[in-house]
Amino acid sequence: MTRAQRLLVGAGGAVVLAALIVAPISLGRYGLYVLSQWTVMTIAAIGLNLTLGYAGQVSLAQGAFVGIGAYAAAILTSHGYPLALAIVVALALSFVVGWLLGYPALRVQHHYLAFVTLAFSTLAFLVFRNEEWLTGGIYGISGVPRPTLFGFSTNKPLPFYYVCLSGLAIVTLAFWGLVRSPWGRAFLALRENPLRAASLGVDTRRYTLMAFAIGSALGGFAGALYAPLTQFIDPTPFTLALSLNLLMMVIIGGSGFFFGPFVGAMIAVLLPEWLRFADRYYLIFYAVLVMLLLIYSPSGVLGILDRYLRSRNARAASAMRASAQAGLSDEAVR
Amino acid sequence: MTHVLEVTNLRKRFGGIAAVDGVSFHVDEGEILGIIGPNGCGKSTTFNCILGQLAPSDGEVLLDGRVITGMRPSELNRLGVSRTFQLLQVFPQLTVRENLILAGQEHRGTMLTRLFGAPDAGLGPEAERMIAVFRLDHLTHTPASELSYGQQKLLDAAMAFMAGPRLALLDEPTAGVNPTMLSDFKERLRTINREQGATFVVIEHNMEFVMSLCTRLVVMAEGKVLAEGGPAAIRANPAVVEAYLGH
Repeated sequence: MTRAQRLLVGAGGAVVLAALIVAPISLGRYGLYVLSQWTVMTIAAIGLNLTLGYAGQVSLAQGAFVGIGAYAAAILTSHGYPLALAIVVALALSFVVGWLLGYPALRVQHHYLAFVTLAFSTLAFLVFRNEEWLTGGIYGISGVPRPTLFGFSTNKPLPFYYVCLSGLAIVTLAFWGLVRSPWGRAFLALRENPLRAASLGVDTRRYTLMAFAIGSALGGFAGALYAPLTQFIDPTPFTLALSLNLLMMVIIGGSGFFFGPFVGAMIAVLLPEWLRFADRYYLIFYAVLVMLLLIYSPSGVLGILDRYLRSRNARAASAMRASAQAGLSDEAVR
Repeated sequence: MTHVLEVTNLRKRFGGIAAVDGVSFHVDEGEILGIIGPNGCGKSTTFNCILGQLAPSDGEVLLDGRVITGMRPSELNRLGVSRTFQLLQVFPQLTVRENLILAGQEHRGTMLTRLFGAPDAGLGPEAERMIAVFRLDHLTHTPASELSYGQQKLLDAAMAFMAGPRLALLDEPTAGVNPTMLSDFKERLRTINREQGATFVVIEHNMEFVMSLCTRLVVMAEGKVLAEGGPAAIRANPAVVEAYLGH
């Protein structure tokens, strides 16, 4: 990325952040709920983007980790513990379970791994539904409280939206640091060529486990915000459908692109709302739009931008080579 | 005297076929050893057994007198053994500089310090030096995917030396490299050998290149060592001429 491109991205980011802070002030209750949902789903999708997009490990269990985080937060906050502690527990629990789920990835890959994680997703759902003593079973847990921060109640939709947005901002910064660090390069090497990565000293086992653990922990974090956002949780939202939806967010946005989950979650959460004018046909429109997008650009929305930038850079490089060659020929003639 | 690398009676069977059949040789400090032989004679399989990419059926591999048989490739790399592959293995999305930093970063600090430390793991100056040695200066920030095949080969070789290896195993480093770049490439390898004191084992089909670069040669045929010696002795060996070099 050139300096000008970096400045452009920075300026664009500042404008988007300002819009995310200011614009929702005028939104109603439902609009704020949808926007908060976008922040929460973006966090979960960022986690899956690390596991799948950066490290190349297929997972159909991200929805289960959102569930684990949501139940951890709901149970703890309902018992009077602060949300901050619940978030720490959700992160730690999802990290450990994600680490353990990573072990099969050391032996199986691709669709075989997808099936292992799918089995875990089903198992988690059964625990949420059947372990009534802990999760409330099909009746769920209601009245999940929203926190009071520095003396300010976040019970109303706008303050809690800012809690979710702060969570997304923290995750974004941490994730930016992670992918720019040597770990980011190691994850990419793991995805592109594990054999070569190992020959360069990359401990592919440990990085695979870390990719699962960190990705899952972010799913847990998203869940810990989801529970106080909806203030009621039951097992229904945490089925395989959520994992597939998160997978779609990552792929539609652009798997392996830093901003892919932001765009993907926007399409998956906000687009169906914008299509509501089509009444009962809105899901059909939505499905067709998603299919057309993926046919046109299998690497997602950001893949289109990436292709454009690459071809522009390649054209510029080839023009430079041509002019250098012409300069050499002129020298030779003289 | 302890050899840098000692391979004893190495065997690798694939079903009923013995790809490597009782191979023994050693490499001394600072030496550039060449392994030559016809296609399918077991050279690359020998490399893969030494480097933990294949589990040998039998035999022992020692690095500085320490048994390394069956160790994982990443562990071996951290012990100072690096390699290149027969086919190009650079990371196309990363720039030349990033490829080199990746090649050295796992030798710096712990996982935790790599996470919270500098993005380039403090390898910036070393990467610049390696870029200069392999004369890739004008391509420092170019993604590897935009390099020519020969430039990618140079980058691939440079990556093998980023961590200052004790032993580097190069599998057909000149395959596909423009002939005009070959002598330059040889000089780069000699510079690394002289300045870093690295010991090399090179598999190569380019006889002119290997005869002028290596101090000693091992000739393989049908999974076995056919002959061993200096370039002149190998050229004069009738069995080698018959099996590989030709008249």
